[in-house]
Amino acid sequence: MGDLTGENSALMIPPSQGAQLAIDEFNAKSTNVKVELVKYDSQGNPDQAVPLAQKAATEDKIVAMIGPGFSGESRNVGPVLEQGKIPSITASATNPALAQNGWKYWHRVVANDSVQGPAIADFLVKAKSPKLAFVIDDAAEYGAGLADAVAKEFEAKGVKVERDKIDPNGSDYSSTVTKVKAANPDVIFYGGYYAQLGRLLKQLRDGGVTAIVSSGDGSVDAKLVEAAGKPAAEGAVLGCPCLIPYGSDVPELKTFSDNYKAKFGVDPLIYATEGYDAATAILKAIEAGNTTAEKINDYLATIDFKGVSKEIKFGPNGDIAANIIHIYQVKNGSLTWLGDSTQAQLS
Amino acid sequence: MLNDFLNQVGPSTVGGLASGAIYALIALGYTMVYGVLRLINFAHSEIFMIGSFAALFAILHMGITGPLSGFALAGTLLVLMLVAMAASGGAAVLLEQVAYRPLRRRNASRLAALISAIGASIFLQEFFALIVIPKLFDRPSQGRLQVPVPRLLERESLLTIGNVEIRNDHVIILVSAVIMMILLDVFVNRTRIGRGIRATSQDPETATLMGVNIDKIIRTTFLVGGAMAGVAALLYAMEFENLRYNVGFLLGVKAFTAAVLGGIGNLRGALLGGLALGLIENWGAIFFGSEWKDVIAFSVLVLVLLFRPTGILGESLQRARA
Repeated sequence: MGDLTGENSALMIPPSQGAQLAIDEFNAKSTNVKVELVKYDSQGNPDQAVPLAQKAATEDKIVAMIGPGFSGESRNVGPVLEQGKIPSITASATNPALAQNGWKYWHRVVANDSVQGPAIADFLVKAKSPKLAFVIDDAAEYGAGLADAVAKEFEAKGVKVERDKIDPNGSDYSSTVTKVKAANPDVIFYGGYYAQLGRLLKQLRDGGVTAIVSSGDGSVDAKLVEAAGKPAAEGAVLGCPCLIPYGSDVPELKTFSDNYKAKFGVDPLIYATEGYDAATAILKAIEAGNTTAEKINDYLATIDFKGVSKEIKFGPNGDIAANIIHIYQVKNGSLTWLGDSTQAQLS
Repeated sequence: MLNDFLNQVGPSTVGGLASGAIYALIALGYTMVYGVLRLINFAHSEIFMIGSFAALFAILHMGITGPLSGFALAGTLLVLMLVAMAASGGAAVLLEQVAYRPLRRRNASRLAALISAIGASIFLQEFFALIVIPKLFDRPSQGRLQVPVPRLLERESLLTIGNVEIRNDHVIILVSAVIMMILLDVFVNRTRIGRGIRATSQDPETATLMGVNIDKIIRTTFLVGGAMAGVAALLYAMEFENLRYNVGFLLGVKAFTAAVLGGIGNLRGALLGGLALGLIENWGAIFFGSEWKDVIAFSVLVLVLLFRPTGILGESLQRARA
């Protein structure tokens, strides 16, 4: 379940295709059980998601759900699935509070938002040993929240922090560039989305700022390079709880990318590997002979296998045990996966 | 705090003047139309937007692949400026024909013209988001996303004084803006049509009795004001290198503020107001952070209006120096 045709469907089509791939592979192999994927298009809207979840639970009698895609709809759908005793695994809803509802049937295969900021800050501290960091945000809920978390972690690690905010609707960021230039930081972090980061990056580089520029999952988009221009985007570092196998040569990822591309004709993008892993977890439960919702849920509590994106093992609250943030860097005009934040190396 | 100020005041001044020059060029359109018709042309921000997309269209179809320099750059900028001026000026004249003239013919209230202006503004934004950007710029279903503009000139530092870097793009913006202002000032004060504009703004009825063709004067006013927005649009596209269907909105608000700050209806006031607004924003950001830019700018506006209700230079240049 997720936004399959709406405004943000670009985020939800890859994980749904990832799940489709896992299920098709399973059906091709399995002789005694076949699994059917039913798609529920909630448009990402919490109000539309609830009746769809009720239909799924009572009429369609699904045994497990992959999704919902976003945090808002997850909040509303959670109680419905609890009542129907149907396990769910979301590949992309990252709000930390979802794990604190005491839900027994809810799972998540991606690290939550409270992990991302500190992980990115720690990575930059390790890679660049900065003395001064400049943290900028777009003064909106997601961007400012992430920037606050990053700034807090920098300070905890003894890095001095200076802050500024930009107007996401504006284009002229010269006053911010002036401040950054005067501060002369070793690293810069931006909390917000790729469109504004693109404009900001261009003006920072034109203004002669050479420090490394980093951002979070809101900026993980190939359009960042278009917005900033190739020269300015080069070297930008982005963190994301998602694993996107951009040109990776790790065998498992390469196999996944090749299979995905062969089936859908496009490269796997954001949350595709997580969608695949969420489906695989459910399929493993079915493979072990569990065909009812209740039994699948019991199996998920003890599941532990190496997925494409990470090790899939759930904590008692349903959150993923491995809180991994992945690091990407723009190289030669395209995003490149460097590895998880504890191991990635900047070139 | 003081240290911050001393470190940043130089670069902020340069950045503020460059932003201010663009505000000023757009402010001219508001101020001229107000001077003649006593109407705030709220669709003027879309006139600017049309000019910027016209410039981009020309850039993409002139086969410009990389940054230019020397005469090639000067020639290209001049051609692009003419394209943007023609597009914006033409659009402004058309806007006047369609959205304002029918109302004026029927002696409709000024409020009706205001609503018509807002309607035209929304129409033009949506028209670009839904049809022009997806079709003409080959970005299907991405009409609301920003469109990148290819780089026209490589930024170079021309001169460094202390920590202040004077960059070629800032010089081009300031010099073009000032030249356009001087040309406009000469046009309004020294030509026959300019005299007509001044006469109309003083007293439309008497001007008609004296043989001034009001319709022609109004059309010229829209044409010239639009053309100035076209110049601003090209400079903006060159400097910021990204455009959106609503790119004019925020700039329009700022330019309108600049016009009021300088004294609406007053051409030199628009220049002064634009530059002052750019400087106030950037200086204020040093002390309070960039998120306070608008608060500072509007606080200053309120303070100025409290003591000088007609703006820094007063309302009507035409009256003062007729």
